[in-house]
Amino acid sequence: MKPEHLHFFIDPSRCIGCQSCVQACSECDTHRGESMIHLDYIDRANSVQTVPVVCMHCEQPTCAEVCPADAIKRTADGVVQSARKPRCIACGNCVVACPFGVPEVYEDRKLMMKCDMCYDRTSVGKKPMCATVCPSQALFYGSAEEIALLRPMSEPINRFQFGQQTITTRVFVMAPRQFVRLAPGLDVTAVLDTRPGQDVFDHVEI
Amino acid sequence: MATIPVDELAIINRFGPHLSAMTGTRLSTSVEPETLVKTHCCFCGQQCGIQLKVRDNQVIGFEPWEEFPFNRGMLCPKGVKRYLQGSHPDRLLTALRRDPSAPGGFAEMPYEDAIARVASEIARLQSAHGAGSIGVLSGASLTTEKTYLLGKFARVCLKTPFIDYNGRLCMVSAGVTNPWADMIGSAVIWVAGSNVAECSPITTNYLWQAREQGAKIIIQDPRLTPIARTCDLFLPVRPGRDAALFAGVLQLMIGNGWIDRAFIDAHTTGFDQVAEYCSQWTLDKTAATTGVPAASIEKAAALWGRSPSGFMLHARGIEHHSNGVQNVLGSINLVLATGRIGRPHCGYGTIVGQANGQGGREHGQKCDQLPGLRDISNPEHRKYIAGVWGIDERELPGPGVDAYEMFRKIDAGEIKGLISICFNPKVSLPDNSFVTRCLEKLEFYVAIDFFLNDTALHADMVLPGSLHEEDEGTVTQVEGRIIKINKAVDCPGEARQDWRIIQDIAAALGRPHGFTFTEPRAIFEELRIASKGGVADYSGVTYEKIEREMGVFWPCYANDPKTGEPIADHPGTPRLFEPGSYNPIAKGAGPFYFPDGRARFNVADYRVPADDVSDEFPTFLTTGRVVSQFLSGTQTRRIGPLVNQYPEPRLELHPRLAASLGISDRDWVVAETRRGTMTVRAMVVNTIRPDTVFIPYHWAGKKSANQLTVAAQDPISKIPQYKVCACRVRRADGPPSYDAALEPQQ
Repeated sequence: MKPEHLHFFIDPSRCIGCQSCVQACSECDTHRGESMIHLDYIDRANSVQTVPVVCMHCEQPTCAEVCPADAIKRTADGVVQSARKPRCIACGNCVVACPFGVPEVYEDRKLMMKCDMCYDRTSVGKKPMCATVCPSQALFYGSAEEIALLRPMSEPINRFQFGQQTITTRVFVMAPRQFVRLAPGLDVTAVLDTRPGQDVFDHVEI
Repeated sequence: MATIPVDELAIINRFGPHLSAMTGTRLSTSVEPETLVKTHCCFCGQQCGIQLKVRDNQVIGFEPWEEFPFNRGMLCPKGVKRYLQGSHPDRLLTALRRDPSAPGGFAEMPYEDAIARVASEIARLQSAHGAGSIGVLSGASLTTEKTYLLGKFARVCLKTPFIDYNGRLCMVSAGVTNPWADMIGSAVIWVAGSNVAECSPITTNYLWQAREQGAKIIIQDPRLTPIARTCDLFLPVRPGRDAALFAGVLQLMIGNGWIDRAFIDAHTTGFDQVAEYCSQWTLDKTAATTGVPAASIEKAAALWGRSPSGFMLHARGIEHHSNGVQNVLGSINLVLATGRIGRPHCGYGTIVGQANGQGGREHGQKCDQLPGLRDISNPEHRKYIAGVWGIDERELPGPGVDAYEMFRKIDAGEIKGLISICFNPKVSLPDNSFVTRCLEKLEFYVAIDFFLNDTALHADMVLPGSLHEEDEGTVTQVEGRIIKINKAVDCPGEARQDWRIIQDIAAALGRPHGFTFTEPRAIFEELRIASKGGVADYSGVTYEKIEREMGVFWPCYANDPKTGEPIADHPGTPRLFEPGSYNPIAKGAGPFYFPDGRARFNVADYRVPADDVSDEFPTFLTTGRVVSQFLSGTQTRRIGPLVNQYPEPRLELHPRLAASLGISDRDWVVAETRRGTMTVRAMVVNTIRPDTVFIPYHWAGKKSANQLTVAAQDPISKIPQYKVCACRVRRADGPPSYDAALEPQQ
């Protein structure tokens, strides 16, 4: 069992895009050679901002709800697992349905695989590999008390709005305090329409 | 005869760089390691603790080492994949000799025969042309034991003054006063010319954590790097104008009274001259010169000047200049003017680039130094070291010249033979077509390396050296913490630990005196004595103490420097220049390392960079690193997952500059300077000054950014001006010829 008091926190404002999490994920003993993390530039032409995406481990996982083969299970401690090999038919419903874009179907083995919060590590009391190596600690694993102490400028949120769908997750995203005071959840669809800020080099002549 | 033996492509096909991949045991999910070896990453100056998984004399993976205090398990992608440098298809398993008739231009040779041949060539050249006809180029990624031995080898065995190291390109201006943990609680941290996120990623969390505790972060850089994206104040300085920026900020601080008069009066000298110099740097003039908006300069002065505590960090961005020392002195003036030194949350540091930035410099491979940061021109220092080495002081050569000047001496015919280890100057030195011409003039060149690096293509002989995980020893990382590298696997084939190779050459030359060590620990024990009484005193450090304490900060004394009495267990010195602290130069007069114990203000004079922009070459070129590659890429261009992350160099330019040149993202473009041209793909991003382009330098041959850079050097530190030169950019007619012939990493 994953210790109940330990949680996963993501703070994209800290992310430096170094890909350490991606490289370390592919070292995991359960899926060596494949990384389950997606790390993308939002808009590299206009910003160096990157966002690491791990499985958010939804309370009611959309991936499992849409799975026709009932191949995606959630453990008692709230970790949504990769598809069960005997059941998965590699249809890709979960890939299309997941609002965070997490699952991937590996055509060579006809199997959906995704982040399982390093269950082999977290279930024996270790931290997930990505959160252990992350040089900016944009990915953090620890208790609510620790994160409150270490990150006084932000607060964890775990409610996300995607159009009509509200999703509550086991993984938290750190948001600026003043933002959380205004709205306790994050309207992801609205955020998608915003663009990185102005060009800081406007004053520079060629 | 150091010309490349056969077509370069034939050598690359045989010796790489090829890519390693996760295959076999390293892809298996069911193979358990036999042992976990606690050691450190082999790459940058952060020297992250890591545990290597070992099975069947092979490193098969890694496990984070969360107890090591500096990085607590954190690693960058290079550290994560560093294990894939072992068991590599390109690994040199035997000695090689230049042989145009052999496949790939080099023939295998028994190790002993190769050592004999190297010794006979050295002896031949020295008897014909004198001891100084042989030069040694070494590196700061080596353990301190190896660097100590190389300095001794050059002076005692070869009797040549000509040894220098690749730290010349890197941390020759380096110093650090506080452990990184001191940043947490600091009110303001100023990072000047350091792409922390890519070049020293682990420092990122220290900066972000300091910010959580209230620190304001100031970033000074011509590029909006990942660390600059969310900083509190970005100073987008025009390349080569850092000294002017520091002077302008200090002028505002003086004008507003944001200086610590009491500290300046009690603990420094030279402030008045600096203040007088700065008076010309009005806000308007500073803004016009540096390209930083006046409001940002004012904000920087207020943030730095009015904070109760502060930490100043810088790296190659301000150091890689023909005015690099002045830039550094300018930053130090800001530290001294506010008295922010020698206290918790108040300090100054250079973020070193290589593993052993400090240890590799302090103990004798720099051309003008002897162990313990001693001066090779100082009669007392010479006498002490000659005594440790058991030679007559008169036999000890005087100062040599910097690494680039050694190539000028090769060009002039003065140096005729070269030994290189841990240095790939054909990629890493500026204006490298000159370096190639010099290599071709050598009568004899022997390279020691584990892969056939790009410079070693010119070698007459190649000796197979050791990987980081095949030897033990110490290095001194970014904070001045001495740490222990541990051996995980044995050298494969005929490869040897580097210190054994050096000693074998000494023995074959018939000059074994002082080169009969049987293990790194024995070298370290001699180094402790050699460093004793010097500024970098390691005499109280032992391997056991390093492992027990997880690192020891120098100086660490065996005898009290004040009384001379033995100290049982000196704790080391995590924070330098603390009030009341004793050092062997000031002898109690004050905490700073001058006879009067006072820190020095120095006038940090702004000068226009060499090869500044002009109508003919209107754009600044600056160079640097990407996170997934390291230095000249000898290792990282052979690690598949790292190459995939950023396969080939690209030229970054701003969309406005791109539009004016008719260039789109991913177009092939030609960058041209007074030294050379190169063709690379464009990367159009608005995260760089529109008057500046950037190319990373990790690649060789036609992909080498150092075909373009200028060999101008700082007159004091001799560091080259990699960070600015004049160039022009145009759209290429088509892809370069290398595009079809070479893999990305080649």
